[in-house]
Amino acid sequence: MTFRKYLVLAGITIFSTAGDSLLARGMKDTGGISLHHLSGLLLVILNPWVVLGILCLLTFFSCYMSALSWADLTYVLPATSLGYVLVAFIGRIGFHEVISPTRWVGIMMIAAGVGFAAAGPTVTPSRHQSVSKEPSPQAISQEISS
Amino acid sequence: MREIYAWAAIALIILASTTGDILLAYSMKRVGDVGELWKRSGMLAVIGRALSTPTFALGVMAMGVAFYSLLFGLSWGNLSLVVPASASLTFVANAIAARIFLHERVGRRRWIAALLVAGGVVLMAV
Repeated sequence: MTFRKYLVLAGITIFSTAGDSLLARGMKDTGGISLHHLSGLLLVILNPWVVLGILCLLTFFSCYMSALSWADLTYVLPATSLGYVLVAFIGRIGFHEVISPTRWVGIMMIAAGVGFAAAGPTVTPSRHQSVSKEPSPQAISQEISS
Repeated sequence: MREIYAWAAIALIILASTTGDILLAYSMKRVGDVGELWKRSGMLAVIGRALSTPTFALGVMAMGVAFYSLLFGLSWGNLSLVVPASASLTFVANAIAARIFLHERVGRRRWIAALLVAGGVVLMAV
């Protein structure tokens, strides 16, 4: 794992959370969209929050595709789950929401899961040779011992 | 009745997003390390190679289905049911599907990680 790869994983976490939050903020401005007035969906794109949200989600998608090109899906998904925790802290600091003890336990479980996945190998050997880059012998031995 | 619709939407979200993730992960493994390809041949080569992989477009379509299922699910069920139920079950479904279809070795470490995150997501919504 290089520093650049950790940056990509951080990008997935931050931009997906920011994108979702910005979209939610923009949708609050526009109100509910009914199936009978689908033209509302086109007007939504003019909202600056929605535009920013879509830009963030596009950046998230590029980072996600980049990560999937060099790491396993079962590595990338847990390793980038800190977004759930990030949202809770944004709610706590930005909107003065109260975090209940159960939520604190949830936060700790997610953080532990992220640590568990991120500390492991990024790629595991494939039975089929569809993976373009072979994992290092060190990664294989680490996976076997885990 | 609305509850059955909500759970049907949750099932569809899990199915579609797992299919999407598997197809996208498979496509990107075919493309190869994006960072190295970018350095060697530039950004257009990366985009061109990803778009010319047929499973990539299918994966994006499956993600679109998952997104719209989420919107419909949210109109039938509560936010506090639909989002955590679909997110946490998708983690587990992805681990199983990645093992079967992508032949990833989901060792003990990754099972624990997936289950911890899935459980944590449920607790966050309580």
